[in-house]
Amino acid sequence: MSRLTPENEAIAREIISRYPKPKSALIPLLHLSQEQNGHVTDEAMVHLAELVDVTPAEVIGTCTFYEMFKREPVGRYVVNICTNIAFQLLGAEELLHHAEHRLGIKAGNTTPDGLFTIEDVECVAACTEAPCLTVNYRYFYKVDGEDFDAIVEDLRNGRQPTRKAAETGPDGAIPSHGTLALERQHIPADRAAGNADPDSAPAPVWLEQQA
Amino acid sequence: MSDTAPAKSTVSVEINGHTIEANPGELVIDAAERNGVHIPRFCYHNRMRPVGMCRMCLVEIDQGRGPALSPSCMIPVTEGMKVDTESERTRKAQDGVLEFLLINHPLDCPVCDKGGECPLQDNTVAYGPGESRFVEEKRHYEKPIPISDLVFLDRERCILCDRCTRFAKEVAGDPLIHFQGRGSRTEVNTFPDEPFSSYFSGNTVQICPVGALTSSSYRFKARPWDLTEVESTCTTCSVGCSVTLQSSRNRLLRTMGVDNDATNWGWLCDRGRFDIEAVESDNRLAEPLVDGAPARWSDALRKAAAAISGALRDVGPSGIGVIGGARLTNESAYAWAKLAKGVIGTDNVDAQLGDGLPGELLFGLPRATIAEACAPKGTIVLLGSDPKETLGVLYLRLRHAVVEDKATLIELGHGASGLTRYARHALHGEPGGALVELAHQAVALLPEGQPVTVVLGRTSPTEDPAVLAEAAQVFAAYGARFLSGLTRGNVHGALDLGLAPGLLPGRVTLDAGRSTFTDAWGSVPAGRGKSTAAMLAAAADGSLPVLILLGADPINDSADRALAERALQRATVIAVDTFPTDSVAHASVVLPAAGYAETDGTTTNLEGRILPLRQAVTPPGTARADWAIAVELATRLEADLGFDAVEQIWAEIASLSAAHEGITAAALASARDGVIAAGSGGSGGRPATIDSVPAVTAKRVPLDPTKLRLVVRRTMYDGATLTQQSRSLPSLYNDNEVRLHPLDFEKLGVDEGADVTLVAAEGQLTLPVVSDRGVVRGTAVVLANVPDAPVNILLSPTSPVIDVRLEVVR
Repeated sequence: MSRLTPENEAIAREIISRYPKPKSALIPLLHLSQEQNGHVTDEAMVHLAELVDVTPAEVIGTCTFYEMFKREPVGRYVVNICTNIAFQLLGAEELLHHAEHRLGIKAGNTTPDGLFTIEDVECVAACTEAPCLTVNYRYFYKVDGEDFDAIVEDLRNGRQPTRKAAETGPDGAIPSHGTLALERQHIPADRAAGNADPDSAPAPVWLEQQA
Repeated sequence: MSDTAPAKSTVSVEINGHTIEANPGELVIDAAERNGVHIPRFCYHNRMRPVGMCRMCLVEIDQGRGPALSPSCMIPVTEGMKVDTESERTRKAQDGVLEFLLINHPLDCPVCDKGGECPLQDNTVAYGPGESRFVEEKRHYEKPIPISDLVFLDRERCILCDRCTRFAKEVAGDPLIHFQGRGSRTEVNTFPDEPFSSYFSGNTVQICPVGALTSSSYRFKARPWDLTEVESTCTTCSVGCSVTLQSSRNRLLRTMGVDNDATNWGWLCDRGRFDIEAVESDNRLAEPLVDGAPARWSDALRKAAAAISGALRDVGPSGIGVIGGARLTNESAYAWAKLAKGVIGTDNVDAQLGDGLPGELLFGLPRATIAEACAPKGTIVLLGSDPKETLGVLYLRLRHAVVEDKATLIELGHGASGLTRYARHALHGEPGGALVELAHQAVALLPEGQPVTVVLGRTSPTEDPAVLAEAAQVFAAYGARFLSGLTRGNVHGALDLGLAPGLLPGRVTLDAGRSTFTDAWGSVPAGRGKSTAAMLAAAADGSLPVLILLGADPINDSADRALAERALQRATVIAVDTFPTDSVAHASVVLPAAGYAETDGTTTNLEGRILPLRQAVTPPGTARADWAIAVELATRLEADLGFDAVEQIWAEIASLSAAHEGITAAALASARDGVIAAGSGGSGGRPATIDSVPAVTAKRVPLDPTKLRLVVRRTMYDGATLTQQSRSLPSLYNDNEVRLHPLDFEKLGVDEGADVTLVAAEGQLTLPVVSDRGVVRGTAVVLANVPDAPVNILLSPTSPVIDVRLEVVR
């Protein structure tokens, strides 16, 4: 069952209500469905299309534009290793090589137990902390092979890594792939920004002049 | 924008050193084009919003801050702007853009259908680098993949110009194809297992600037340089889309939309685009048949004339009836009207099969053009019409008016239509009078001070035309104008030229036209004749011994299948047709007619616009033009119709018809958009056209709570002869089903998809049942003219409504 569950559909409707046009909610909804299923399935995209009144083709257009939406199953932990030049100079290729050997897979693949996927990526915006990797987009700075082994060992044994990821929650927990945040954003109705209908708003001056 | 500047309605722009006057807001690429400077482009299309995707139209534009390369499809003209389309920098940019576009383009031109008419080829020759510096591997995709039953996609050839995807979203409103992926892996595609099943998908093939999109119909059929083409008009429905007919070695191979500003804007629906395949169908009637056996023309004509003479002798003129004529050209319609009403003397002539509206109603209401209906910020009222299913390109125009030009749409009908989602108000009611009350409600909703156009049709033959007439009068009293929603090809020409009971050519009544046409024709019928339903009833009871079918198939298209079968069995049937339909099978004499693209002439669209029809190929066998058959038959009846060429017939129409006054052959030849037949007559010896509608009060039939009221819905792909006889379209038609409102559904106690039997007084039909919120409560919706499940076995032309009982099949 890869359509949204009733609970998640209720969350989806709340997300949709934050936007003037339902289809503006598409990216958060794709994240929601990826959080539920670990990746974005075709069935889920059909469901999202129904929810925001667009065609499934428009949903897949958005979904395939973003690398972070996976259309195929990936490991519970997606490990991104950046090999851009700053990282390369500080040993990122060796780190990637080590990771591939340690997990027994090439970059782009998933371990047979479904736990780890390694990706060789471009730019994770942390050159100052090179070499660095992310696990489900949680950063681990200045990582060497030993650090990598420790992180993998902890995750494989169901422990949160001893070595804390930067910028995660207070316990440094790394949720399964697809979960963006441990705390779900909730905007009470009385705190919402209030959606003006974009069609009834006056056209911007610069557009008026062209017409 | 100084307040002191003198008011100026144009903008002066310098293009390549010459000053031109452009329209305010016009894009540089358009202003240049209008002034003879062609700027190459791939993504820009003047009927869609510019996107600036392909960069081919980069030119140097100086808006006061020095020349800069800018996409001319994105920049509106400004006063004093300087444009250079030939500068060294422009040329370098064009060269560079083409080199980039060709990086991944496979250059499989020798096996590509687009070769020879390909903008990428043409622009590369004119502006391109000549050779590539790219030595790496190009990207590869599976070639080609079907994205619908009609369209193939070769992603390797695609240059990502966004034309097809923009068309699907902006113009057709069916965004079923979309860019997927990113960067060099971007591709156009559908969602998995969800094909590009738009009624308008063929347009993407036409506007694709490379060979990425090809149609299953035309693939590998011809090379452009082997095609001869003539400009003509599509007669699949009554919109009158301008087309070119492209043929090679006497085979009609392809039709392309031509941009007619008044009608189709270059678009076609797939039904019109692909049903030309029927022209060369093996099933075409090619030789006359007498009693089912091939015969010579002279024998067939003699037999037909003998039958007519016999009926004249035994019963008089009222013993002969003529059904059909909407397939004919204007000239053929006039020839047959003259034969029937002037020579034979019968007024039993009806181009419609009980599923349209009386000609008097259309003529009496003030008419609007498509452009008037689609005027920006105007109001459009749909009354009993479903343009998406019946008048495809009119749907595109109306949709554009609502979505892009802020027109207001109000829908009155018997349930949801293809335009409901664009309607500000959708007022739905059951057949039997509800539309009149809804019309009064709708008038209260009309925005103040805006022109109102009513699209008046009769999608469901189960609605009494009197109800639509009364509802139309509510809007007429408000000052609305009307666009006819009658759908058959040249039904408007047939009505205009007198193929209807009580009418003579030129939108005049028998009485008004009597003196003019008695002078011209010798005689006209004494009194009003029978409609199709009355003719069929008379034929069935023996009082009308001869029925002439002019391309009509009453068994499938009239409102009472059983009656039509009895009538055709009893009467002597003379069929003039292009295909052996179920009705033609009953004919003792079959005269094969030249069909679409096989004759010259004119047609009349739903605005009353006269548009040209041109011959592209020769008719099969010995088939002849319908008017020529009328001339021959008249000779056998010892009369002379007085013409033996299409031009002579048109000259006679223009000289006699009140509605066609002044529309000479020369006027038609010089008018690119066609000429509206709108003369009012009444002067110069011409009779006055019908200009008012008598007040009608339709019978109100309240809903019977124990039954469901039948509503008939039309679909684009149905049992229409040309659709069924084409190669590409028959697989697309929908299976029939009964649609009920979910709340009625629950009462019935049956699962969705189960079979139910509709029991009417006339007959019964078993179909699966489906729940649909777009259905009015208390009604049951079925599709018209589906070959395996003909709904007209339930209908009766004499009942104002059809109520059915629903039985669950256990």
